[in-house]
Amino acid sequence: MKQLLMGDHAVSRAVGLARVDFIAAYPITPQTLIVEELSEMAARGDIHTRFVKVESEHTALAACMGASMTGVRTFTATASQGLLLMHEILHWAAGARTPIVMVNVNRAIAPPWNLWSEQTDSLAQRDTGWLQFYCENNQDVLDTTLQAFKIAERTLVPAMLVLDAFILSHTTEPVDVPEQAEADAFLPPYSPRHILDTDAPRAFGSITGADDYFELKRLRHESMRDVLAIAAEVDADFETRFGRGHGLIKPYRCEDAELVIVTSGTTSSTARAAVDALRDQGRAVGMINVRLFRPFPGELLARAIGSAPKVAVIDRNLCVGLGGIFAQELRADLYGRDVRPEVFGFVTGLGGGDITPASVSAMAGHALANTPPADNAPIWWK
Amino acid sequence: MSERAPLLKSQRSLDHELVNQGHMACPGCGAVLAMRYVLNVLGPKTIVVLPACCWSVISGRHPASALNVPLFHTAFETAAAVATGVRGALDARGDSETHVLAWAGDGGTFDIGLQALSGAAERNEDIIYVCYDNEAYMNTGVQRSSSTPPGAWTTTTPAAQPEDRDKKDIMGIMAAHRIPYAATAAIAYPDDLMAKVKKARDTRGMRFLHIFCPCPTGWRTPPDMTVELARAAVQARVFPLYEVENGETWSLTLEPEGRPIADYIRAQGRFAHVDDQTIAQYQSATDRRWDQLMKRMAQGC
Ligand SMILES: Cc1ncc(C[n+]2csc(CCOP(=O)(O)OP(=O)(O)O)c2C)c(N)n1
Ligand SMILES: [Mg+2]
Repeated sequence: MKQLLMGDHAVSRAVGLARVDFIAAYPITPQTLIVEELSEMAARGDIHTRFVKVESEHTALAACMGASMTGVRTFTATASQGLLLMHEILHWAAGARTPIVMVNVNRAIAPPWNLWSEQTDSLAQRDTGWLQFYCENNQDVLDTTLQAFKIAERTLVPAMLVLDAFILSHTTEPVDVPEQAEADAFLPPYSPRHILDTDAPRAFGSITGADDYFELKRLRHESMRDVLAIAAEVDADFETRFGRGHGLIKPYRCEDAELVIVTSGTTSSTARAAVDALRDQGRAVGMINVRLFRPFPGELLARAIGSAPKVAVIDRNLCVGLGGIFAQELRADLYGRDVRPEVFGFVTGLGGGDITPASVSAMAGHALANTPPADNAPIWWK
Repeated sequence: MSERAPLLKSQRSLDHELVNQGHMACPGCGAVLAMRYVLNVLGPKTIVVLPACCWSVISGRHPASALNVPLFHTAFETAAAVATGVRGALDARGDSETHVLAWAGDGGTFDIGLQALSGAAERNEDIIYVCYDNEAYMNTGVQRSSSTPPGAWTTTTPAAQPEDRDKKDIMGIMAAHRIPYAATAAIAYPDDLMAKVKKARDTRGMRFLHIFCPCPTGWRTPPDMTVELARAAVQARVFPLYEVENGETWSLTLEPEGRPIADYIRAQGRFAHVDDQTIAQYQSATDRRWDQLMKRMAQGC
């Protein structure tokens, strides 16, 4: 049934549909609506979830890890400073192979204080071993939350999904909400494999030498790579059941493109409008929405870019001293491939600055008319 | 109940024990005795959450385990947080029988894990939290913690500038949370210790046990003195044995003789640099703390 939902509430509804057993969370703008709504749902008895209102994000994630190790479906949500506070436990939860699902509402990092949209918080966690989805609209948010449980539980890789502060979290859009029975059919109860069980006592995480350690790390890498196929399979199954899929990446009008714009999150909707306008003006421009960032879908991107001679990556994030992070990842991935377009790395919209169809068109125009800076320096676009 | 997989060959000969032989503790480690006494009472339906501390090493190298109960190694500051999650999941699965035991050192309790511990205590999580106190960060090679007593040498409080702050009053802090049950215990008094574990086991909500565990390696004492030192600390009123119920009812469980603190201090290498005058100061500080404790007992808070 179609309902009008803010992005944060789309998350809460999906968590309810997923029949999550255990939630631990700590409030931070602009994630607060998620936990407030979940508290209401729990208080009304709409969901049967133990919701622990912990004293920090650090404890939120650690508690989810304990619960997941004990065999139940777990969820938490945070943003920005909260995600950064979790950093040590992000690694631990991934290393412990606990399939936790977390929503991070992308928000800029202080100082100075800024509550608006920016992706640096989640992208700074790219090496922690969590898979990462970047959502484009509230339907994507609800659907990806459901899909994330399934992918995480199959691969034992924890899942982080990301939505832009306010632009999605606090913006109302029509969202098709599945019936509970449909959600149940898609996402059966979690059946854990290795848990803390007094009938089969095991020690998890004991000291190892380099050999076992190396192998465990390698296996985690394999599992993360497996996500590519499994996430595609889960999305296809979702599409069969619900009539909509989202793809791991979503190319748009890339045929014969001279320039392909690469974006993520809500910027992708903006870029799509810009591409239509540019095509109307007779300029051969396409775009790709990168929905899955970890594992990095390099092969899919290379194929979608095809023989386009230029790529413009729009990053609403910054690795200080290097530039935009999507651009950096894409360049690194393309280096060993036959496809070797010129890559322009635009950094724009930091701290929630607007990214508009006009600004995307202007960036595209700049890329079409120029060559990229020789040292891969970011192109600052205010 | 399905058969438990033996984790060490020695398990066969120690069927009734939940701590195996072949653990990796230093000779004379007090923390091993503490674990053994606690698990003997709690029994096999116990899940242990273990943050970074000596016990992360003592419990053994993968794939062996010194414990015959499930054990989760976790980050230094997360014992109470992870235990919260384990309890939550057990509750969600309808298992109210299994005990959740968070087992942390003084560093993991008094210092880096205090926030998570306070959160769990305030929420009255249904867990048993044991702090085994060896009065320093021993795992990392004897650095001070806020549990290190005045005068003690550690590698970060060298003899030329020894620890000068009193031990943090962790029991006062826990009592202020008004948790159902908090108690001190020492490995020299196993009956008293195990009685307290029983009481903790039979209480619901947050339970906190502060167990005094001498450390020969860090205290510079012979390994065969461990139990004797724990007894000396109790008898000198350095580490009184008592319980606190609901933050209100304070009661002594063993009346100490009030031996002079000098004997306790002089027996340990970590205090070798301390002169008689300073020991006299420690004696009066110990007497003052004892008087305060007696007042709490009398007033009931
Ligand atoms: C976040 C973090 N900081 C520091 C450490 C290093 N570290 C591991 S154990 C430990 C000391 C533990 O002291 P305590 O809790 O008293 O236990 P003990 O080793 O004395 O048994 C330290 C500092 C760590 N593992 N994690
Ligand atoms: Mg210690």
